[in-house]
Amino acid sequence: MHSVLEILAGEARCSAEEIALRLGMDAAAVEAKIREYETNHVILGYHAVVNWHKADDQRLFAFIEVKASPERGQGFDRLAEHIAGFEEVHSVHLVSGTHDLNVVIQGRDFREVALFVAEKLAPLEQVQSTATSFVLKSYKVEGQLIKAADEDHRLVVAP
Amino acid sequence: MTALQRPRIATNIADLPPSGIREFFDLVSELKDVISLGVGEPDFPTPWHVCDEVYDSLRRGRTQYTSNLGMIELRREISRVLAHLYGAEYSPDCQIIVTVGVSEGLDVALRAILNPGDEVIVPDPSFVAYGPAVKLAGGTCVSAPMREADAFKLRADVVRSLITPRTRALLIGFPNNPTGSVMTRDELAELAQLAEEFDLLVLSDEIYDRLTYEGAHTCFSTLPGMWDRTILLNGFSKSYAMTGWRIGYACAPKDVIAAMVAIHSYTMMSAPTPAQIAATEALRRGEPDVARMKAQYDQRRRVLVQGLRDIGLGCFEPLGAFYVFPNITGTGLDSKTFARRLVQEHGVAVVPGPAFGASGEGYVRATYATSMDNLKEALRRIDRFVSGL
Repeated sequence: MHSVLEILAGEARCSAEEIALRLGMDAAAVEAKIREYETNHVILGYHAVVNWHKADDQRLFAFIEVKASPERGQGFDRLAEHIAGFEEVHSVHLVSGTHDLNVVIQGRDFREVALFVAEKLAPLEQVQSTATSFVLKSYKVEGQLIKAADEDHRLVVAP
Repeated sequence: MTALQRPRIATNIADLPPSGIREFFDLVSELKDVISLGVGEPDFPTPWHVCDEVYDSLRRGRTQYTSNLGMIELRREISRVLAHLYGAEYSPDCQIIVTVGVSEGLDVALRAILNPGDEVIVPDPSFVAYGPAVKLAGGTCVSAPMREADAFKLRADVVRSLITPRTRALLIGFPNNPTGSVMTRDELAELAQLAEEFDLLVLSDEIYDRLTYEGAHTCFSTLPGMWDRTILLNGFSKSYAMTGWRIGYACAPKDVIAAMVAIHSYTMMSAPTPAQIAATEALRRGEPDVARMKAQYDQRRRVLVQGLRDIGLGCFEPLGAFYVFPNITGTGLDSKTFARRLVQEHGVAVVPGPAFGASGEGYVRATYATSMDNLKEALRRIDRFVSGL
């Protein structure tokens, strides 16, 4: 029964009371469930999905493909957690394929991101190589299409 | 030049009652900033993989006629899905016809089975086209009232009281538009008994079959003895958000389908090919879409029902489709006045209940096939309207 999570994952601002109404549940039970999710870190946080470009904010995102050497008994965990600690890092994933870690960096401009990679990321002992791709334009972010609001093309009254 | 001596329009067409919906549509279209709870179609777009499949088919030039019965791939999918969902067995070769929506399926089915003057018993309230479709096919529509006190179910004793030697068929549609009522297997079995006793055919419009929120939908033809008597009508508009594609199907015994295809082959030839391709893709890979949309409808249903009750409008709990049918008699207004004033003074469109039959008086139909934000704003406006009366 993850309906509560499903609603919150799509609409973080939905109140416990409204979730209860929508699901035909008791409001206190929903609140308790949400607290439990928060305590157990099933819910890690709540945030808005922002189209920064439209907000006239120049921030920049880059995907860094990192090839690295695993550590005995640790794999990539220590390195990944180390990278994740930097403020500039938006997300870190261990991935399959041609590289090992996929790091998303958020910066104010190209230079800041490039310097971070050159000075902080690439020199790490286990890192063998990095390849940086800057995001030029986004079309869909976290499940949300980036486009003008949908028009309702339906007739106002229909059988 | 001599003036026409005779009316241009055939008598039976001139006599068709004006659609209550059409009338209301004309009124609403002139207004601005209206939140519409008046539509009978999903607010979701057709699932993207369905559209993508059609783009691809057009690039490959699949724009020709299909068999009169419809593409065999689609009929196979329909057969597979009905067997999977309900255990209803229909042969794709001769017991399924693909139609231009349920609307065409209904029209062709009625024309296939009715002799002039045959009576068809139709629940009231129900979908606006049932009565006129019976009439256009040369039959007589006999209304069987449904009451809120019976949870808007069609009572077997009411049907029995309306049966005459001319009664040929029963035309039902559950989950019901406009009330959202559903009927259980046992309740439908009582109607099935009447069909057996009086040798009736049953046209069962199951367009809302995938949108039920409690209990399982019963496919009428799976009731004991009913396969032989049932013409099952269904389509893709509601379950897969495909209203504008105009695609549906009918399933029935071979002789009925043969009669239907005889009419269909002269009047329609075949359903549009791109729509048939879309429908095939919907059945093959659309199950997650059905579940996703239904979950949303269910949440909105609870919000709208509770919201209307909080405002003080009695609201029968709908367990299917995507409509609520609140009782507005407590406001002292009749349905038409309520709907007209609500849209003119507060900008919310709902459909007056009598558009769906005389038993709809005292009710309005509101859909929850609209965004949660729209529903909440509509509820605020309805609250202002009702408390100001």
